[in-house]
Amino acid sequence: MIKDITIGQFFPGKSPVHRMDPRVKIVLTMVFIIMLFVADKIWGLLIGIAFTVFAYAISRIPGKMILKCLKPIVPIIIFTAVLNLFFIRTGKKLFEAGFILITDDGVNTAVFMVVRIICLIVGTSLLTYTTSPIDLTDAIERLLSPLKLIKVPVHELAMMMTIALRFIPTLIEETDKIMSAQKARGADMETGSIVKRARALVPVLIPLFVSSFRRAEELALAMECRCYHGGEGRTRMKQLKVSCVDFVAVAVTVVFFAGIIVINHLV
Amino acid sequence: MAVIKTENLSYVYGEGTPFRKIAVDNVNIEIEEGEFVGVIGHTGSGKSTLIQHFNGLLRPTSGKVFVDGEELWKDKSKLRALRFKVGLVFQYPEYQLFEETVYKDIAFGPTNMGLSRDEIDRRVRETARMVGLSPSLLEKSPFDLSGGQKRRVAIAGVMAMEPKVLILDEPASGLDPKGREQILGLIRDYHKTTRNTILLISHSMEDVAKHSSKILVMNNAQVFCYDTPQRVFHRANELEQMGLAVPQITRVFNRLKARGISIDEDVYTVDFGRKLLLERLKKE
Ligand SMILES: Nc1ncnc2c1ncn2[C@@H]1O[C@H](COP(=O)(O)OP(=O)(O)OP(=O)(O)O)[C@@H](O)[C@H]1O
Ligand SMILES: [Mg+2]
Repeated sequence: MIKDITIGQFFPGKSPVHRMDPRVKIVLTMVFIIMLFVADKIWGLLIGIAFTVFAYAISRIPGKMILKCLKPIVPIIIFTAVLNLFFIRTGKKLFEAGFILITDDGVNTAVFMVVRIICLIVGTSLLTYTTSPIDLTDAIERLLSPLKLIKVPVHELAMMMTIALRFIPTLIEETDKIMSAQKARGADMETGSIVKRARALVPVLIPLFVSSFRRAEELALAMECRCYHGGEGRTRMKQLKVSCVDFVAVAVTVVFFAGIIVINHLV
Repeated sequence: MAVIKTENLSYVYGEGTPFRKIAVDNVNIEIEEGEFVGVIGHTGSGKSTLIQHFNGLLRPTSGKVFVDGEELWKDKSKLRALRFKVGLVFQYPEYQLFEETVYKDIAFGPTNMGLSRDEIDRRVRETARMVGLSPSLLEKSPFDLSGGQKRRVAIAGVMAMEPKVLILDEPASGLDPKGREQILGLIRDYHKTTRNTILLISHSMEDVAKHSSKILVMNNAQVFCYDTPQRVFHRANELEQMGLAVPQITRVFNRLKARGISIDEDVYTVDFGRKLLLERLKKE
């Protein structure tokens, strides 16, 4: 159902990963992505996998969540695998039938890309699982604040993102409610052709739009009532602080990264 | 035969997440046909969750639901037909309106039922009249109506399906006293004319006491009791302990009793209380 969407779904906890400074977490996630693409040997990739598993283990996020975040990208994974499998024509021939040619290079690349994508999604999901959306946008705002010098409206962008993130669950809940209400009136959204199903969404989308606009107006008013006037001179209640956990995390990541580079050169 | 029956019905929100919450816990009830059931319970006691099982919008985590003797969820393809038997009006139903005109919005349910055009027309006009919407409003956009009028349109939209069981989740919340009285009045009239079963969730003990023939009390996801108003309000102390009140008039009479005035019966409507008092005064 619609509730299965996990983007921005925060999984509260008190693990070391949860306690890390969100800025550090974002930077390390980016390092992790680079790590995955630097690794071009199978052993290097295994280190990437180990890193992911290790991070999940200490964050105590249930394994079920891993499957949950992978579900939406299954088509992409399959697509990538098939593409690499059939269209790479270098290397040793493994199988040939008509115009289909599968080579060991193809198989290797396919496996490699699939593992890479899975690690990528699973690893980056950890960031959103262990960081509340608010912390996340806070951290992004801080990380991007140098761009203010070249007149990028960083604060406004971050605020928009905060609001958007804040209202995703509300919107999902609302969608669910309206869908239930229309289903109770006999709307049929689960069967029929695509055209019919698309049409069946009209009774859901219209009320959703109407209430979103109403909500936007109310929020704008509420913000104005509290004298919100943009980022200029605004202080924060919750200051971000880099602590011990973060240094350890950076150290661990560096070790893993170093491991991958070493392996790339050795093997 | 019971129109609605549940067997060990339980429902858990967010199973397998840290937000796991048992909203309905092992509920067994049987609701007879033609009954006007008031459903009460403190905030978060699981009323809304429970009633959404009665027309198959929520699938029980465990247990069974029967409507008209037929088990829900046994055959998923029959679910939609069963939804026409049990009409559900959600809390703040005005937010589900979407059509260009009031007429079309009320007709949405009956159209989904696949009725003939004449039948749809008859039902739309009849329910619009029943909920007190003047015919001139039918061609207006539902978004141009007042809150109370929108509420009526939404209720009419479900009534027009002429369900055997009509469930309303706090239909009067957020309205002024007059609006409340009108909405509840029209529900009572609907019950009188159609004799269909009604389930009415409400936070107002007065409303529930006045209209219901049976009261279902929910407490912490469980059914505390399902009985006649008289017997339910007889347990005033227990109700108050779970954060519910009894009707004001019942409290007045309970105080009188506490002061040593002998009153044999439990009073829970003002009319009955007045009658009782007048009789007593005449005797003395
Ligand atoms: N969509 C949901 N996801 C998770 N938990 C929910 C959801 N809906 C309700 N709950 C929880 O289930 C419990 C029962 O909720 P429910 O809405 O059935 O209560 P209620 O008796 O209708 O309350 P109210 O009188 O406030 O309407 C509550 O504790 C609530 O927090
Ligand atoms: Mg409720």
